[in-house]
Amino acid sequence: SVEKEAPGGGADGDDSLYPIAVLIDELRNEDVQLRLNSIKKLSTIALALGVERTRTELLPFLTDTIYDEDEVLLALAEQLGNFTMLVGGPEYVHCLLPPLESLATVEETVVRDKAVESLRKISQEHSPVDLEVHFEPLVKRLASGDWFTSRTSACGLFSVCYPRVSSTVKAEIRQHFRTLCSDDTPMVRRAAASKLGEFAKVLELDYVKSDIISLFTALASDEQDSVRLLAVEACVSIATLLPQEDLETLVMPTLRQAAEDKSWRVRYMVADKFSELQKAVGPEITKNDLVPAFQNLLKDCEAEVRAAAANKVKEFCENLPEDSRETIIMTHILPCVKELVSDTNQHVKSALASVIMGLSTILGKDNTVEHLLPLFLAQLKDECPEVRLNIISNLDCVNEVIGIRQLSQSLLPAIVELAEDAKWRVRLAIIEYMPLLAGQLGVEFFDEKLNTLCMAWLIDHVYAIREAATCNLMKLVEKFGAEWAQNTIVPKVLGMANDPNYLHRMTTLFCINSLSEACGQEITTKQMLPVVLKMSNDQVANVRFNVAKSLQKIGPVLDSSALQTEVKPVLEKLATDTDMDVKYFAQENSCLLDLGYPEETTQDHIANSFHNIFIDVQEQLVMYRELTEPVCI
Amino acid sequence: MREWSSGYSRQQWSAPGEVSGRATRRGETGESRRQEETDPAMQASQMDEEIDTRKINNSFLRDHNYATEADIISTVEFNPTGELLATGDKGGRVVVFQREQESKNQPHRRGEYNVYSTFQSHEPEFDYLKSLEIEEKINKIRWLPQQNAAYFLLSTNDKTVKLWKISERDKRPEGYNLKDEDGRIRDPSTITALRVPVLQPMDLMVEATPRRVFSNAHTYHINSISVNSDYETYMSTDDLRINLWNLEITNRSFNIVDIKPANMEELTEVITAAEFHPHQCNTFVYSSSKGTMRLCDMRASALCDNHSKFFEEPEDPSNRSFFSEIISSISDVKFSHSGRYLMTRDYLTVKVWDLNMESKPLETYQVHDYLRSKLCSLYENDCIFDKFECVWNGSDSVIMTGSYNNFFRMFDRNTKRDVTLEASRENSKPRAVLKPRKVCVGGKRRKDEISVDSLDFSKKILHTAWHPSENIIAVAATNNLYIFQDKVN
Repeated sequence: SVEKEAPGGGADGDDSLYPIAVLIDELRNEDVQLRLNSIKKLSTIALALGVERTRTELLPFLTDTIYDEDEVLLALAEQLGNFTMLVGGPEYVHCLLPPLESLATVEETVVRDKAVESLRKISQEHSPVDLEVHFEPLVKRLASGDWFTSRTSACGLFSVCYPRVSSTVKAEIRQHFRTLCSDDTPMVRRAAASKLGEFAKVLELDYVKSDIISLFTALASDEQDSVRLLAVEACVSIATLLPQEDLETLVMPTLRQAAEDKSWRVRYMVADKFSELQKAVGPEITKNDLVPAFQNLLKDCEAEVRAAAANKVKEFCENLPEDSRETIIMTHILPCVKELVSDTNQHVKSALASVIMGLSTILGKDNTVEHLLPLFLAQLKDECPEVRLNIISNLDCVNEVIGIRQLSQSLLPAIVELAEDAKWRVRLAIIEYMPLLAGQLGVEFFDEKLNTLCMAWLIDHVYAIREAATCNLMKLVEKFGAEWAQNTIVPKVLGMANDPNYLHRMTTLFCINSLSEACGQEITTKQMLPVVLKMSNDQVANVRFNVAKSLQKIGPVLDSSALQTEVKPVLEKLATDTDMDVKYFAQENSCLLDLGYPEETTQDHIANSFHNIFIDVQEQLVMYRELTEPVCI
Repeated sequence: MREWSSGYSRQQWSAPGEVSGRATRRGETGESRRQEETDPAMQASQMDEEIDTRKINNSFLRDHNYATEADIISTVEFNPTGELLATGDKGGRVVVFQREQESKNQPHRRGEYNVYSTFQSHEPEFDYLKSLEIEEKINKIRWLPQQNAAYFLLSTNDKTVKLWKISERDKRPEGYNLKDEDGRIRDPSTITALRVPVLQPMDLMVEATPRRVFSNAHTYHINSISVNSDYETYMSTDDLRINLWNLEITNRSFNIVDIKPANMEELTEVITAAEFHPHQCNTFVYSSSKGTMRLCDMRASALCDNHSKFFEEPEDPSNRSFFSEIISSISDVKFSHSGRYLMTRDYLTVKVWDLNMESKPLETYQVHDYLRSKLCSLYENDCIFDKFECVWNGSDSVIMTGSYNNFFRMFDRNTKRDVTLEASRENSKPRAVLKPRKVCVGGKRRKDEISVDSLDFSKKILHTAWHPSENIIAVAATNNLYIFQDKVN
């Protein structure tokens, strides 16, 4: 409740000052969290102080508080970017420069970057005159600072002031940027290289050709590969700026050199940026230069590079000029892809598997059947589960082109093998693809081949798998309908209610919980409810109170007569159970289902919650055992 | 905080072969500096340090025999400018010394180092999964290139690397709204105006704050850390693996070398040390317990299990003995400042290698060849496993390494002269020039010579450091740190 115009100190013993006073004092609290809170409400403080005192007192104080924790400084740097109105509008925005300048020199990169971001933001609020009088000198100071932290920050500021200053100042800015590109420390050269593209965009085309190209060439042949690889990124923006006829002479020599750099990290960067590069240089150069370069990257000696290139296969092929796309893919790219299918490195194979299916839409039915299908089949038999999973997860692309039948014979063994993998995370992954597969393969194939698998997961010894299997059943029912459920899965699920293992009996209950809604009232009332009610006599307390819980879950699906005549008596019986927890859940659920309070309501919440914890621990123990299992094997 | 009880003295050291001398103890320098300081503004900021100094003096006066195990210095390192010198000890503490500003009326004081900051870098821990104690001992300290007004260093024990920031603070905010000057709470109803705190000058305070903790990446004991010349990454090395870290990322590191055999029973060698090339950010070297070194190029591939160069000296069959393998294990490897040469230290020698010649070292210097006949007893008392380090001077023309009996050795690569010096309080008067020592090998013992049999093997100099550009050296002798400089004319 602070009045907006309160000129700080005007009123006598003003109650409204108290919260602000607390905020100001907490700027220096020992507790970081309180300091952080105060900094986040800096605008409230500034508002209360008024623009004058904010400029003369608050900002000078903030300028020197750079000793604080990173998170406080980060919040401060962010706040100051939105402070223009609080210091009196664009006329006074330059008052924000000193605190941001000191934040732009701290050692923590995130804080520095945020300070630079805020500086870029407020630079737009400077008038052209103020920009030259206040902002540009700050950029120069940072650019010629003693420490590399300030020089790295300067790199991000050139491009925002360049378009709005006079030509003499422009010349100075270009000179500063040139100097930083050949700085002694690799940190600054890296910062300059990463801002090269952005700076090129605001420069006049003549200067791009005269200045930027020489800087680009120099950075691209820097002695440190960490600098060279950043030049690849700049290459994209520079190439988009230049007219097509200049690309060959100004950019391509550097790009060719980068694609064959001695350092794998630079080649990796080329592979990683390949789609952008392809778009930037246009179709002609792509055909003549990039295709062979891409082939080389796919055959690179370093697995990381091959994996990065493999990831780009689909995108690269998609973006090829339409007239020659198919020829290029068939004669140049596909042979390399074939080799990658049997690569020695599993990351490469897995990267390829995640995109290779996409090629079928580009190549059409005949080529897919003749050339790609053997590759898919080979990958479905790959020793690495990740490769198989990646193929299976992208089946929809192929389905559109050739229909899944072509694959189904090989698909099945692959799915079965994954479903029985020793690692539960692999099993979990394949379960999650089941609804998708079921949709693609159709109900007949599913019933015939996959249904048994889905049921087997229900009795997996890992809780996470049983849980996922339960959820999977629900999705299948949503897909195939209640009738299918009634015929195929409900009998099997209910059959498990007589299993000697109480964990399996509980799985029945969990399945019923998630299936009841999808199956509808009739199936729930006629088939599921009797089983649930019968289980209320189970000898294991965990099953009994899960019965109580299940009754709550399926309650909304049942009609009121079933609730009154069947559910209520059972809950009443459970409410007098010898086990405290069974009692608790039964009573709780009676309330929730609005069946009225049973007579006896001796609730001991604390004791009851113990049983819950006990169950959680049990489940976690099972999880834990499974997590450690691969190690034991 | 525990007291820092490492003794600290300073002497002049002159070119090999000369004697003269004065030495100052830590306390005396404190006294005389107080007379020097006349600027009242400076006076205030010195007060803290004065107190600090006395505390050190008190403990310093204790005989070093009373020093506890925790006080034993385990690493010494100058920062890139030589303005600061850091030591780490077995108690997990790091002590940073700062060089005094040069003063015209007392030119001999140049190179005077005083305590700048002391902090507990590592604490003892317990690994519950492996039932292993993790010592707090600081294995290595490496300074980062300076990036702003603060200083940064990496310190490591067996398992965890930490990045520390050492910064100065000389202003303090003053003025609260809800409290008065004496800290009494004000009645909120009396608040009629808001006060913004104002920064006032205060006594200089040096703070050490942990900035990053790089943990959980090493199964074995970390023996080396090395900062890359790209200012962005560093590597940490344990017995079997080398990991590469980004200085800003603590939750991910990349394994670049792994020599762990599938079956640990086939293990025949371990990595003993590793270092980055001073200028080429893609090159590093690691040494092994078999007396060999491998140079790796990170450009060639992401995993550097295949080396690009392999340095190995063919074994001399005449010197073959039971101990050959143990004494040929490399305990330290260092690139020269120029990046052209490599220096390795094994038990008896220091070798200088040219990066372009893998077949044999360019130069071999005997550190204490007289111990060759005593290897059997050195094996029995475990001394044969001591890991001596070695250092280059600023211009790569002289190398230095430690020995026993508080002796350390210097070899001039140009003149081929060498000298043995002793770092010990008993033998050095204030500002004395160190006397060269000689060890007598058999036959008649001359005056001033020490018999091999009377060498004290418990007094070993494992860690030394050389100022990056000047002739100032730091020598750690168990719990004492000695700083020597060449003679001022």
